[in-house]
Amino acid sequence: MDELADYDEVLAAYEPVLGLEVHVELHTASKMFCGCDNSPGGEPNTKTCPVCLGLPGALPAVNEKAIESAIRIGLALNCEIATWCRFARKNYFYPDMTKDFQTSQYDEPLCFDGHVDVEVDGVTHRIDIERVHMEEDAGKLTHVGGQTGRIHGADYALVDYNRAGTPLMEIVTKPIRGLGAQAPAVGRAYLALLRDLMRALDVSDARMEQGNLRCDANVSLMPKGSTVLGTRTETKNVNSLRSVEGALTYEIRRQGALLAAGGRVKQETRHWHEDGGYTSEGRSKEQAEDYRYFPEPDLVPIAPAREWVEALRATLPEPPAARRRRLQAEYGFSDLEMRDVLGNEGSLDLIEATVLAGASPAAAKKWWLGELARVANEAGVDLAAVGLTPAQVAEVQRLVDDGVVNDKLARQVMEGVRAGEGTPAEVVAARGLRVVSDDGALAAAVDAAIAANPDVAAKIREGKVAAAGALIGAVMKAMRGQADAARVRELILAKLS
Amino acid sequence: MTPSVLRLTAAELGARIAAGELTAVEAAQAHLDQIGRVDGDVRAFLHTDAEWSLAQARAVDARLAAGEQLGPLAGVPIAVKDIFCTAGVPTTCASRILEGWRPPYDATVIERVRAAGLVMIGKTNMDEFAMGSSTENSAFQTTGNPWALDRIPGGSGGGSAAALAAFEAPLALGTDTGGSIRQPAAVTATVGVKPTYGGTSRYGVIAMASSLDQPGPCARTVLDAALLHAVMGGHDPMDSTSIDAPVPPVVAAARSGEVRGLRIGVVRELGGEGYAPGVEQRFHEALDVLADLGAEIVEVSCPHFRYGLGAYYLIMPSEVSSNLARFDAMRYGLRVGDDGTASVVEVMRATRGAGFGAEVKRRIIIGTYALSSGYYDAYYGSAQKVRRLIAQDFDAAWERVDVLVSPATPTTAFRKGERIADPLAMYMSDLCTIPSNMAGNASASFPCGLAPEDGLPVGFQVMAPVLADDRLYRVGAALERALAERWGGPLLDRLADGAAGTYLGVATAEGN
Repeated sequence: MDELADYDEVLAAYEPVLGLEVHVELHTASKMFCGCDNSPGGEPNTKTCPVCLGLPGALPAVNEKAIESAIRIGLALNCEIATWCRFARKNYFYPDMTKDFQTSQYDEPLCFDGHVDVEVDGVTHRIDIERVHMEEDAGKLTHVGGQTGRIHGADYALVDYNRAGTPLMEIVTKPIRGLGAQAPAVGRAYLALLRDLMRALDVSDARMEQGNLRCDANVSLMPKGSTVLGTRTETKNVNSLRSVEGALTYEIRRQGALLAAGGRVKQETRHWHEDGGYTSEGRSKEQAEDYRYFPEPDLVPIAPAREWVEALRATLPEPPAARRRRLQAEYGFSDLEMRDVLGNEGSLDLIEATVLAGASPAAAKKWWLGELARVANEAGVDLAAVGLTPAQVAEVQRLVDDGVVNDKLARQVMEGVRAGEGTPAEVVAARGLRVVSDDGALAAAVDAAIAANPDVAAKIREGKVAAAGALIGAVMKAMRGQADAARVRELILAKLS
Repeated sequence: MTPSVLRLTAAELGARIAAGELTAVEAAQAHLDQIGRVDGDVRAFLHTDAEWSLAQARAVDARLAAGEQLGPLAGVPIAVKDIFCTAGVPTTCASRILEGWRPPYDATVIERVRAAGLVMIGKTNMDEFAMGSSTENSAFQTTGNPWALDRIPGGSGGGSAAALAAFEAPLALGTDTGGSIRQPAAVTATVGVKPTYGGTSRYGVIAMASSLDQPGPCARTVLDAALLHAVMGGHDPMDSTSIDAPVPPVVAAARSGEVRGLRIGVVRELGGEGYAPGVEQRFHEALDVLADLGAEIVEVSCPHFRYGLGAYYLIMPSEVSSNLARFDAMRYGLRVGDDGTASVVEVMRATRGAGFGAEVKRRIIIGTYALSSGYYDAYYGSAQKVRRLIAQDFDAAWERVDVLVSPATPTTAFRKGERIADPLAMYMSDLCTIPSNMAGNASASFPCGLAPEDGLPVGFQVMAPVLADDRLYRVGAALERALAERWGGPLLDRLADGAAGTYLGVATAEGN
């Protein structure tokens, strides 16, 4: 195992400098350079054609929808959009690349010089974007046999080219400095922001666990007061928000230990192990690979008309951070409440939709972060897949507001809806969940409870109103929960005053 | 009947078939028989399959019988350079590395040729991956020049040119990266046209150098080449570099042959030292013919053409090194050294070592070097600058003239083996043809006589601006008519009615 230095001690002596390269798979209908189905999965090698298989003679043709998505991403990241740029070939031999070169972009990216702001613990950090360029994804290799299931020791490898040619955007930051101890958290926040942005733009599913969004995290340590960048490492396989924070923290501590011991950091690619929470040595990068880039002669240059770019700018959604600020203000959520919302994947979208369907922001938040978050957690599914739509949640809340059900009954209604028993109203009817609002029946139950608990009744008569809880509980139990607790309290206090 | 059918032009064959005087099956059979008779010596074909060809011919006859309008070349046999992907039919590029590979798809040009009712008669020999000027770089066989079988038929499309000159096919498909259509045409007295870059689709044509490659027609007459050009040409969305414009009026130009008032520029730099006297003589005689027909002849200087060959031999290998990377044994073609213990890299290495010939390896190595970090600017970058300068030379010339002309090759067909050990001498064969590939303009070679010193054909090159391909045909047709009058018939008649023709079984005396 690597020696790890104390995080705070490293930060006392060094300034971490980050560089994040994020790959985003676009969810266009067809692939980057051919008409093949770009949806994920499928029987291996069924979503292929001569072009994405790189057969002799086949030629690429650019998917205009992918260019459109790329420009929209660039605009959302406040980038300049090139007036003229070309694809380039990145040459290297590897069996997952059918042509043994990747059609990518080199010194003429489509989008460049952008920036985006991320907020961590109330501090806003500006992240400068170096470039956003287009390329194609490779096929998928599966190493079979051997002990590790990894490339070394494998008996053979299978390759699936369904993914070959999927449009891929590479978003590269400039070196990010001045983050101090927040560096790992900023890395995480930046990744979360990109994820939200890709979804808001509707250009990618941006599911990290599916590999739609992949991050290579570069980090180096610069002695405080110095202006000379340290040697960096590039950590791959960083496939979740938690991973990026963990990998950056680990590398900062590992590099810190090396430097403290008088050693030097080796420029290399490292591999993040999610399970163990550590990085391990990968390919050495001391000898830079020579990809022999040159302009792709099979494609014509891309020269997006300015009118088109401006038309696309008009389609941009509200930036996620601005939207969050707006909704927080509109809903009157405290910072603490907002943090809870943001901590629950997808809940802001669901709350917003529930509010639009008529519920109050507080009620919408209560359901999505309470009962439904619990159910989703138990079922191991995303909140959005919990089996209730925002409209249905709003309808349940309406039933509560109208006094038809109380919160406890509302949970049962939700359970019924999730079980496919119909609309909330239908579930109420079918299950007989309506609260009892007949004061006669309630009064009888109240009388019975007072009679059965003379001691408690006496205390209340003496003014100890808090003791009413025990009587309310007894009444609710007798009514099998189908009573409005507030009304029961009123009746008890009226009898005993 | 056979000799006379073989001597027909494609236009005449098509007309006879359309008139019902001849069937596509009969035409195909006559040419298959000719291949059977002479190809053991000429060796123009890498692959023939009588059943494949006859099935196409039967289908064409059925379509014609059903009243379908298929155009003037329906039923005409065509030889196909083995660089075009033909669905289900072996396509090797004359390389061991693709031996036995059957593409699952047709090149766009092949689709168009099929749709027009042409009947593919076989796949022709070539230099491996189109790299060479003699067809000696084929991994499988060397092809003889029907004018003298111990001479090269040119390259890389020597198989297609030899098939035409041996009357094994009236039409052929070629590709031209640095002269691979025009130089074989020149040394076999046939017609070869490199269309404007982007004028014909490259989709399904196995790439050598993407920015230079261009498929084109090969024929025995100017009109036949134009008819085939019209079938092949036009926009293809599958090829991003294909031009979205109508095919220039090539057939009308070939029928007209009018050159009165046409301004013809003779490229000063393409002649003189290093050019065979007989080549120069016939070239200048052809110029006189055109002047007599009313063309205006002027001399034009294109000072950067002299750097064309050097720049070409950087740009072309650079693209080659990338385009040929995919032949890695993983998905198709040859696989060597896969013994269950060798790694992927070892298998790739062994396969490429065994599967590529010497010239292919030479170019991959040169190209890999030229693109590598630290050398890119000096080699690939400088070569691209030269390329722009050559294009500027052309642009300046078009201000003054309508077409440029030169000999198509500095010499006539050399002997087999003469230059194979001397790559630089071999590369010189493409000196005159390369500038048009670098600039992307249209260019062609037309027969203009036999060199007095060796009795071998000389080619007359015509170059026209981008998308002015019709001018090539105008000049070609004028020359063809005037020279036929002078010689008493097409130049290839000299071959057909001479000793070679007797051997080939096509002499007129044996006809009818």
